[in-house]
Amino acid sequence: MKYLDEFRDPDLAKRLFDEIHAITARHWALMEVCGGQTHSIIRNGIDKLLPDKIELIHGPGCPVCVTPLEVIDKALAIAAHPNVIFCSFGDMLRVPGSGQDLFSIKSQGGDVRIVYSPLDAVKLARENPSKEVVFFGIGFETTAPANAMAVFQAKQQGLMNFSMLVSHVLVPPAIEAIMASPTNRVQAFLAAGHVCSVMGYWEYEPIAERYHVPIVVTGFEPLDVLEGIRRTVMQLEAGRAEVENAYPRAVQRQGNIPAQTILKQVFEVGERKWRGIGNIPNSGWHLRGEFRQFDAAAKFAVEDIQTQESPLCHSGEVLQGLIKPNQCPAFGKECTPRKPLGATMVSNEGACAAYYQYGRFVSLESITS
Amino acid sequence: MTVGVDFSEWVCPLPLRDYPNVIMGHGGGGKLSAELIEHLFMPAFQNNLLETLGDSTIVTVPQQRLALSTDSFVVHPLFFPGGCIGDLAVYGTVNDLAMSGARPLYLTAGFILEEGLSLSALGSVVERMGAAAQAAGVQIVTGDTKVVEKGHGDGLYINTSGLGVIPDGVHIAPQNAQAGDVVIVSGTIGDHGMAIMSVREGLEFDTVIRSDTAPLNHLVAAMLAASNDIHVLRDPTRGGVASSLNEIARSSRKGILIDERKLPVNPAVASACEVLGMDPIYVANEGKLLAIVARQNAEAVLEAMRQHPLGQQAAIIGEVVEQHPGLLVARTGIGGTRIVDMQIGEQLPRIC
Repeated sequence: MKYLDEFRDPDLAKRLFDEIHAITARHWALMEVCGGQTHSIIRNGIDKLLPDKIELIHGPGCPVCVTPLEVIDKALAIAAHPNVIFCSFGDMLRVPGSGQDLFSIKSQGGDVRIVYSPLDAVKLARENPSKEVVFFGIGFETTAPANAMAVFQAKQQGLMNFSMLVSHVLVPPAIEAIMASPTNRVQAFLAAGHVCSVMGYWEYEPIAERYHVPIVVTGFEPLDVLEGIRRTVMQLEAGRAEVENAYPRAVQRQGNIPAQTILKQVFEVGERKWRGIGNIPNSGWHLRGEFRQFDAAAKFAVEDIQTQESPLCHSGEVLQGLIKPNQCPAFGKECTPRKPLGATMVSNEGACAAYYQYGRFVSLESITS
Repeated sequence: MTVGVDFSEWVCPLPLRDYPNVIMGHGGGGKLSAELIEHLFMPAFQNNLLETLGDSTIVTVPQQRLALSTDSFVVHPLFFPGGCIGDLAVYGTVNDLAMSGARPLYLTAGFILEEGLSLSALGSVVERMGAAAQAAGVQIVTGDTKVVEKGHGDGLYINTSGLGVIPDGVHIAPQNAQAGDVVIVSGTIGDHGMAIMSVREGLEFDTVIRSDTAPLNHLVAAMLAASNDIHVLRDPTRGGVASSLNEIARSSRKGILIDERKLPVNPAVASACEVLGMDPIYVANEGKLLAIVARQNAEAVLEAMRQHPLGQQAAIIGEVVEQHPGLLVARTGIGGTRIVDMQIGEQLPRIC
């Protein structure tokens, strides 16, 4: 397939693996920030072909995983409302709240729909003036511009029956939180390519300097990931700590200016709770005052919902790279993708789910021999 | 949505009273029911056995082992590129019979109609079922129709059951996979699932993805003619190739190792899967089969498949191994390995 096969070429992959093996002298712990990268690494078996001295720590960049439990519960409460059409991206439907998930709400008669764009939800609001249409607006900087555009258009069109349950999160404050943590082990980051395609990478430059940590903007195909790792290791071995762009076909330093403009118009930065990590200052987007009437949490009065996470779940430590998913005592026992206890087992892109789905609960050595 | 179907070409043999749509009375057992059977179902399914119209149909079968199968069809939309619910209802059951090596003979057909369904849509589906039965070489010999109130169905549901006979010397079952056997797939994977997805969700791709719905019994007969020592056959419908191979690995207590790069995938399907964050190995097929065959017979079987229109792109994709019993393992494109587990539910499109 054009533009994909080129980045999955086995001969080129082997050359990159060989080069990474040749340049790696010391032990390094790298964090791939984005869940899409984690998925690609595990799905393609990249981590098993890297030098033992390179440890990949799976970062917090899965939007489904870091959405707090109480936000899921708020979504469930709104979706159960009889006059509501609740729209969401597909993979949020299976995410359990305290009691059930959106699929269960649907089976009990709730009108829950999968949409592929928040603008589809705006269209539904236009077509169903007697219904309240709510869109579940979660994700990182990647999905935020389209969500901002949806709210913007709803306001322009005077669609007062449209609202959004917003739980947007931002990558740079999370990287800072990880670097500032006293237990941090991460020595370099593969930054999330698609986040940077929106925001650019200028905002990582002060972080690289302050914490003396290499940050390499990295894509998602196997060769993209390998090139990101190669450049990161080159920097680490040379003692450099710079921001580099290993995904130039999608990312420019300044990012996508029109997307940033609509984001600034609709959202303002504020504190946000991350599932498994806790509150991080300035790490989320909230609707600005002039768009507050589109805030579903306020409209449906679900702001007070509070929840308690399972005490068995160590997803916070997984998200911070302190333990590997299969080092959690509940992994594959009390906690499976069918009955996830915590964030990282929930989405396909969550580190625990990726480990589980691709069989990291059994010894792979017995298979590859 | 009624993609690819031209209702204007469907001509009702006799006007069904004056109702253009199904009404409750069509399921009432009275004149309306009788007219529906006489004018809509009978012409499409025409055969002597059905025409007896008894409470049951009496058939004669050769003195061989019988295969029985049943399946219900609730697909939405009713019409999609490459087929309709009627094709699926016939081919689905025919293929389930063929996967035991059976020669399908007879089908039953049960219809649940939703009040308000247009008779032209029903007529078109039934006509396609008749054509499908003819293509598969089976007869629809008995049936039933019920009508449910509007809002209690999704237009039309169909159940079909089938009866087939298994030739002597043919022993096909999932537990028969043996270490050293090879795994063959009859063609490109994921076409049906992505065809449905593209129309159901209103996704527009540059190329129309067509369902692969087709009867596999003739292909199976050709394969058995090349070698009747075929160990396992499966049609990888819901859950795709990954689920079928996992089930075979578990039933046979053997491992299965496939080479991901050898899986034939139509480029349009591969692109659509990439866009939606899906893996074609989990996507449904309706006209493909997986065969597990002893290595010494593989070439003969593969050659016979490639001679058949439904097996032209047949390929060896892997092997059965003693290691990792019960698990499906894939060699990845860049030389790694991964376990391919079953999915929990259906695949869901990803956020980003």
